[in-house]
Amino acid sequence: MKRIYVKEEWCLGCHLCEYNCAFANSGMTDMVKALRGKTIYPRIQVEQDENGVTYAVSCRHCKDPICVKSCIAGALSKKDGVIEIDHSKCVGCLTCVLVCPYGAVVEDGSGVAQKCELCMKNTCGSPACVKGCPNGAIVYEDRGDAE
Amino acid sequence: MKQYVIIGNGVAAAGCIEGIRSVDAEGRITVISAEKHPVYCRPLISYYLENKTDLQRMHYRGDSFYQDNHAEVIYGRTVSAIDKDAKQVTLDNGDTLSYDALCCCTGSSPFVPPMQGLETVQNKFNFMTIDDSLALEQAVTPESKVLIIGAGLIGLKCAEGLHSRVKQITVCDLAPRVLSSILDDKCAAMMQKHLEQNGISFILGTSAKEFSGNHVTMQNGTALDFDVLVLAVGVRANTALVKDAGGNVNRGIVVDDACRTSLADIYAAGDCTEYHDISSDTVKVMALMPNAYMQGHTAGVNMAGGEAVFDNAIPMNSIGFFGFHCHTAGAQPEGCEMYEESDENHIKRLFVKDDRLTGFMLLGHMHRTGIYTALIRNKTPLSSVDFDRLRIEPQLSALGSAYRDKVLKGAV
Amino acid sequence: MNFYPEFEVVRNDSRCIRCRVCERQCANEVHWYDEDGKIMLSDESKCVNCQRCVTLCPTRALKIVKSDCRLRENANYSDQTIKEIYRQAETGGVLLSSMGNPNPLPVYWDKILINASQVTNPPIDPLREPMETRVFLGKKPDHITRNEDGSLDTKLAPQLSLSMPVMFSAMSYGSISYNAHASLARAASALGIYYNTGEGGLHEDFYKYGKNTIVQVASGRFGVHKDYLEAGAAIEIKMGQGAKPGIGGHLPGTKAVGDVSKTRMIPEGSDAISPAPHHDIYSIEDLRQLVYSLKEATEYRLPVIVKVAAVHNIAAIASGIARSGADIIAIDGFRGGTGAAPTRIRDNVGIPIELALAAVDKRLRDEGIRNNVSIICGGSVRSAADVVKAIALGADACYIATAACLAMGCHLCRSCHTGKCNWGIATQRPDLVKRLNPDIGSQRLINLMDAWRHEIKELMGGMGINSIEALRGNRLMLRGVGLTEKELEILGISHAGE
Repeated sequence: MKRIYVKEEWCLGCHLCEYNCAFANSGMTDMVKALRGKTIYPRIQVEQDENGVTYAVSCRHCKDPICVKSCIAGALSKKDGVIEIDHSKCVGCLTCVLVCPYGAVVEDGSGVAQKCELCMKNTCGSPACVKGCPNGAIVYEDRGDAE
Repeated sequence: MKQYVIIGNGVAAAGCIEGIRSVDAEGRITVISAEKHPVYCRPLISYYLENKTDLQRMHYRGDSFYQDNHAEVIYGRTVSAIDKDAKQVTLDNGDTLSYDALCCCTGSSPFVPPMQGLETVQNKFNFMTIDDSLALEQAVTPESKVLIIGAGLIGLKCAEGLHSRVKQITVCDLAPRVLSSILDDKCAAMMQKHLEQNGISFILGTSAKEFSGNHVTMQNGTALDFDVLVLAVGVRANTALVKDAGGNVNRGIVVDDACRTSLADIYAAGDCTEYHDISSDTVKVMALMPNAYMQGHTAGVNMAGGEAVFDNAIPMNSIGFFGFHCHTAGAQPEGCEMYEESDENHIKRLFVKDDRLTGFMLLGHMHRTGIYTALIRNKTPLSSVDFDRLRIEPQLSALGSAYRDKVLKGAV
Repeated sequence: MNFYPEFEVVRNDSRCIRCRVCERQCANEVHWYDEDGKIMLSDESKCVNCQRCVTLCPTRALKIVKSDCRLRENANYSDQTIKEIYRQAETGGVLLSSMGNPNPLPVYWDKILINASQVTNPPIDPLREPMETRVFLGKKPDHITRNEDGSLDTKLAPQLSLSMPVMFSAMSYGSISYNAHASLARAASALGIYYNTGEGGLHEDFYKYGKNTIVQVASGRFGVHKDYLEAGAAIEIKMGQGAKPGIGGHLPGTKAVGDVSKTRMIPEGSDAISPAPHHDIYSIEDLRQLVYSLKEATEYRLPVIVKVAAVHNIAAIASGIARSGADIIAIDGFRGGTGAAPTRIRDNVGIPIELALAAVDKRLRDEGIRNNVSIICGGSVRSAADVVKAIALGADACYIATAACLAMGCHLCRSCHTGKCNWGIATQRPDLVKRLNPDIGSQRLINLMDAWRHEIKELMGGMGINSIEALRGNRLMLRGVGLTEKELEILGISHAGE
C-alpha cells in the first residue's frame, strides 16, 4: 500500500509539513483562521539529528500495530492497511502514545490521541504534508509491505 | 472443524478471537460471558461516569464483531468446571461444551480484606464492571460524600469519574502514597498534589479500623462520615478453574510465552495469568490491558495451529487524572542509575542498568514516550544509541541513521 | 554610512501564524521570532529580495517591497549612483554584481516582430503535421564530394545533435551548486540537448552525462585534464563572457570548498582567479593552435566551440574564429548573466547580442565562410520568441542560463556573489544546496524546454515553416518596430509595414 516516506537528503527543516498537517485536519478552509494564535498539534513531526539532518516522522502504518493492540477503547483500528482512530471512542488515556515505538501517535491538544491517517478523513484528498513539501522531501508511494 | 471455547469475554477474549481467526477462518468459537455485555474494556467504566463515553461507545469492537468473526457468545453464564480429560467445560446451568482448544480469559475479581463492621455499610460498591459503574451512578447524588478505599489505579480513576457527580471524595490507602504500585514517593507526591488541587482528599498510610453504618474510624484515629463506599483495594486473578483442573497456578495461572498453561490444549490470557516481565526478569501478575490483548491474540494463534509468542511483556501504565498524565513502564531494579529531570509541573525519571533502559516514570509531559518504551521492550543497548540526546527528548534521531532508514524509508 | 534599507518586509500580522518558515528559510537572517512579544520581527537591511520567504509563507502574510525612502531626486545622480559612491568611498573597493545587466538599455528582441502566413502561403498546424526542431552544430561541407566509385562522401566534421535549438550555457560547478549541475545535466540528458560545465571542471558524479555535456576550457584552465576533455560531447574554449568582456572568471575562496576545489584542482579556500587573456593566445593563429591541440587530444572526435563576448569588432573577430578551425562560435551578449562581475564592467562593456549576431552572420555569409562554423547565440535569451528571432537572425542555436536558473527557482535577486543563495543554486553551503532537489529542478527544466519547443513549433507553423533549418538566417520573417535605419541595417531586417 501507499505510505508516507521521507527523503531526508531533501528535507529543509522548514516545518511546513507540520503546519499543512495541522491545517488539513482543522476542518477549516482558511489557514489563517485555523492556525493563527494557536498552538499546533501536527500528526507529523520534524526531527533533527546531531548533524543537523532533518526529516519528518509520521505514522508508519505498521504491519503489527501495537497502538491498535493496546487501545483500551477499541478506538484504533486497521482498515485496508491504514491505521485509523475513531475520535468518538477515544477517551484520551494515551496508552497509544506510551507504546508507539516511533512516537507517531500524539495528543491532540484537547486530551485525546491523534495520528496520521494519510489525510483520508479530511478534504485534502492526498496527504497534505506531501503536497505542501517545497522540496519533495516527503513522498506518498508504494514501497511494498513488511514481511 | 475445530471447536474453540473461550471462558470470559474481556479484551483477552477479543484478542483470542482475532488471533484464532487470523489462522483459522472455519473453526467454531464459543465465548462464555458472565457479563451480559459485549466485550468492553474495563478501564472505561470510570470514563463512563465522567461522561467521556457511553454504553454504546464503550464497545471494544463494532456491533458486528462476533458475527464477523463467527463467534457465538453465551451471555450470563459462567463455567463451573473444566474436564481436561474429556476436553469439555461445564457451565453453571449444567450444560457442557466440548473443546479442541480452550482459552481461559477469566480476568480478576476485587479483593476485599476483612474490615470490621463492613457489613453495616449499606451503600458499598466494587469498581470493576459496567454494572458496578451503573449501580454507582444510581447511588450517588450531587450531595454525596464518597469514601474510596484504595488509592491505586482503580480507586483514583473512580474518584475522577465521580468527581463532578458528588460533593466530596475521600480516598484512603494503607500505603503512604498514591499509585504506590507504579509511582515512587516524589512522583506520587506530585500526582497527589494535582488530585488534591482538583478537590480529592486523601487519608494515607492508614487503614479502616472499623465501619459503623456511614461512619468509619481509621487506625490512626481519623474519623469520617460518608454516604457511598467504594472498595478498590485490589484484585485477585481468577485462577480457580485451571487450578481445580490440576493446572499450575501461583498468584495467577502460569503460562509460557505461547500462553499455554500446564494443561494440554488449555491456554490462558489476560489478568488471570502470571507471566514473565522482561524488564525485571521476574514472573508476575501484570493485569494490563495491552498485555491482555497481546496474550489473547497469541493464545488464539497457537490454539488454531499457528505459531506466536508474546515474549516481551513489560508492565506499563498510561494514566491521567484531570488532564494531568503519567506514563510508567518497566522496572527499577536494584542498583539502577536514575536520570532525572523535573520542574514543578513535570517529572521525568529514567532508570538505567547494565547499558539498558529498564524503566521510566514520566509525569506531566507525554510526548512520544513510546520511543522510550520500545527501548525497554527491545532491550536496546544504550551504548548503541545517543542516550544523551534521548534522555532530553525521545526522538528517532538518536537511534542512529540505520534504524531511521529502516523505519522511515521502508515498510515496517 | 548607513542607508535606509533598499527593501521593506511587509508582514501582514493578521495573516501571520508564527510558523517561522521565513526565519528558517532566510540565509540572510532577516526574520526572527520574538518570544516575549510572540511576534515575528525583521532586519530589512539584510534583505536581498530573493522572495524565498514570500514564496514559502503558507498564509501569504509576507511581501517584500521596494523602499520609497530615497535621496533627493536627481536625474543625473540617481539614488543608486550616489549610494555606490558612498560605498566606494567607504571601502575603496570595486563594486561587485551578479546576473545580467539590469539597466534599461535597449532589448532588440522586443523591437523585432515575427511574420505569419495568411491566405497565399498556408500556415502549418504543428499538432497535425510533423515539425522538425532538430539541429546539428558543427562545420558543414560547402559542396558535395564523391568517392572514386561515385558514391557520396558522407564523412562529416563532428557534429552536436540537438533535439531543439536551445542549450544550457556555461555555469561552473562552484559558481552554482552540485544540485544545480545535477539538474542541468539530467535535464539536458533527458531532452537530448547539452549543458556546459563552465570553467570549473566536471564533478566525477556527472561523467555519466558526458554525452550531453560541453566541457569548457577557459583562461584559468581550472579542472582541465585529459579525462575531462574526453568526457564531453564538445569542448568550448571560453575567450570571453558577455557579462564581463575583457576579464576572466573569479570564484571567491569561500565557494572553493570540498568537491569544488577537488574538481577545479585547486587548494581548498583559495580564490580561483582566471586571467583576463589566455596567456597563450594573442592572435587567431594562437587560437588555432589551442583549437587543434584540443582536437588532437581528443582525436578529432569532438567539435570545438569558441565562445566570445559580443564586443565592438565582433564580426571581424568571428571571421577570424571561423578560420581558426573552430567548429562552432558562441557569442555572448552584454545582458548575459554571471555569478560575480565588477558592476562597472557588467553594466558598461559589450554590445547587444541581437546586433552582434546579425553582424556576425552577415559577415560570415559575405565572406563565404558561414558553413565553416555554427553560431550559438547567448546573453539573455528569455523565451521561445527570442529563440525564433535569434534563429531568423542567423543563429544555429541559443544558449540559455538565466532562464534555466529561473526554472530551477532563481528569483533574480542578483546576490549570487554572496554565496548565500536561498534557492540552493548559486551557493556551496550544504544547508542551502539541499534546497534544490534535482528531481524537481531537472523536471522544471524539462518542462520549460518542452514548453518552448511547443511554442517554437507554433511560431514556425505560423510562418509556414516546418523545419528549423529553413528558418535560420531567414530575416524576411522579421520586421522591426521603432528602430532607426541604422539599427535595421545592422539587423538586416525591414521595418514593420515595409
